[in-house]
Amino acid sequence: MKKVFTKPKCLKDIPFHYCPGCGHSIIHRLVAEVIDELKISDCVIGIPPAGCAVLAYNYFDIDMCEAPHGRGCAVATGFKRAQPDKIIFTYQGDGDMAAIGTAETLHAANRGERITAVFVNNAVYGMTGGQMAPTTMIEQKTTTSPFGRRSEVEGYPLLITDLIATLKGPAYVARHSLATPAKILATKKSIKKAFEVQIKGLGFSLVEVLSPCPTNWKLSAVDAYKFLESKMEKEFPIGVLKDVTKRK
Amino acid sequence: MKDKVLMKGTDALAEAAIQAGCRCYFGYPITPQNELPEYMARRMAEVGGVFLQGESEIASINMVLGAAASGVRAMTSSSSPGISLKQEGISFLAAMELPALIVNIMRGGPGLGKIAPNQGDYYQATRGGGHGDYRTPVFAPASIQELYDITMYAFDVADIYRTPVMILGDGMMGQIVEPTICRKRQKIDLPPKDYILDGARKRPSRIIRSLILDTLEMEEHNWKLKRKYDLMRGKLPQHEEFMMADAKLIIVAYGTAARIAKGAVKRARREGLAVGLLRPITLWPFPTQAIQEIAKKVKHFLVFEMSTGQMIDDVLLALGGKAECEFYGRPGGVVPTPMEITRIVGRYWVQKEILG
Repeated sequence: MKKVFTKPKCLKDIPFHYCPGCGHSIIHRLVAEVIDELKISDCVIGIPPAGCAVLAYNYFDIDMCEAPHGRGCAVATGFKRAQPDKIIFTYQGDGDMAAIGTAETLHAANRGERITAVFVNNAVYGMTGGQMAPTTMIEQKTTTSPFGRRSEVEGYPLLITDLIATLKGPAYVARHSLATPAKILATKKSIKKAFEVQIKGLGFSLVEVLSPCPTNWKLSAVDAYKFLESKMEKEFPIGVLKDVTKRK
Repeated sequence: MKDKVLMKGTDALAEAAIQAGCRCYFGYPITPQNELPEYMARRMAEVGGVFLQGESEIASINMVLGAAASGVRAMTSSSSPGISLKQEGISFLAAMELPALIVNIMRGGPGLGKIAPNQGDYYQATRGGGHGDYRTPVFAPASIQELYDITMYAFDVADIYRTPVMILGDGMMGQIVEPTICRKRQKIDLPPKDYILDGARKRPSRIIRSLILDTLEMEEHNWKLKRKYDLMRGKLPQHEEFMMADAKLIIVAYGTAARIAKGAVKRARREGLAVGLLRPITLWPFPTQAIQEIAKKVKHFLVFEMSTGQMIDDVLLALGGKAECEFYGRPGGVVPTPMEITRIVGRYWVQKEILG
């Protein structure tokens, strides 16, 4: 019988530990499919973050190096500068990317480091138990913003992807969502493009993925996906923000 | 003689690193060590290596981490406040067992302090410095030739033990100019780098990590590191002895302080006082055994540091009460003269009634 659907080759045969409805499992799969399709599993190095996805190295059957919290883009820079012929990607959450690691992220992007960042935005600190993230939305309740995020106290959600798109170093910057199967397919296409941009040596590439965290949002999986589309996509508009390959 | 060239400390260190095969330098400017990255910026371009000025000390040490995990000899350098920022990364390097060289050209502190030479970072350097249960080998050269030679050796130590290694100098060691022979690297047998990440081609994929969630596995990782540190304690300690054969009073000092103390020993000798100098070259592991041997016949020690007293703890631990030990220090960036130390020695000599 012909198999029409299998696990990507560069994922190990280990069940994910992520909560039901969590977006990490989907994004892991998308990245793995892209690595398979581009046939780069023997020259790719992944940098997982601190957070739920630190255990990504248990699932990917590729070389992976943990980074201290927020330092993914700096560690990736070290790898890429030492081995310019390898494909380097970071996998980072919102706290990693846009709070503790803001400097490392912006400067790697601004240098145009030939690395790819997969940025998972779920508007909350997942592994530590649902605290406020730099991307937590106004009025969104978290364990450290129990009254809802107030702009006059906690400030506004940081749209770091938009910020990065204004820089000259990045070659490809996009934001996508996992809200529907069609949007998931668009996310994959974008991740593939980001890797291709790196392979061509065009500059820094980043794909932000709006992703549900039902556990810390205190929603059912189904409601979390509705929240993703109705609330998060409003705050964080999806689309390609920068693409140097489209320039004339 | 014709092989000798006049070299500044920072340049000698950088050139030795290049000769040792270091091909990745990442750092952030801070006085008094800026000539080191400036030298590297020029030199790395000549040898086809990587020089990159990071956006911070934190970014720089993490770039070192990525390069070290790639199997390339990598280093960073900074001065006291900058080294504090690097501690997170150094802890990760120790946990992940990645080789790297970290240079601290110490300045006055705490806080922003001042840019004059100082030895206030001894505790930070020798007690791990960052979080967790680890150590880093620490070398404290006292001449530019030694700085050059130790830099080359430090990369070997880092590779042999798979550990971050620190060179602890001070503003004076970075700035002085001395005749130096730029030796070529002596190739020695090093363990294969079978841990590096360079793409899982024709081999199983690899992971470099420091997160170990299983408690017993984490405990075993700590014991494994401990066994490595014990091995270093047996093999690495180095010290220099100066005029110690008939000495009745031994000054213990390292780095720039030891240079000053050497001058003081010569002066004291001219005045008929039998004084010697013991200069630790490795601060961790500390030359404990050497001090214990000497304490069998010498009963008076004077520790001199350009701080309020940090290395004295290691000297007292080594002595274990078997000899008397006094301390003299000048913190905050003061560099005393040999004459000042000679006066201190003379006073100590009279007070303790040490007879010649």
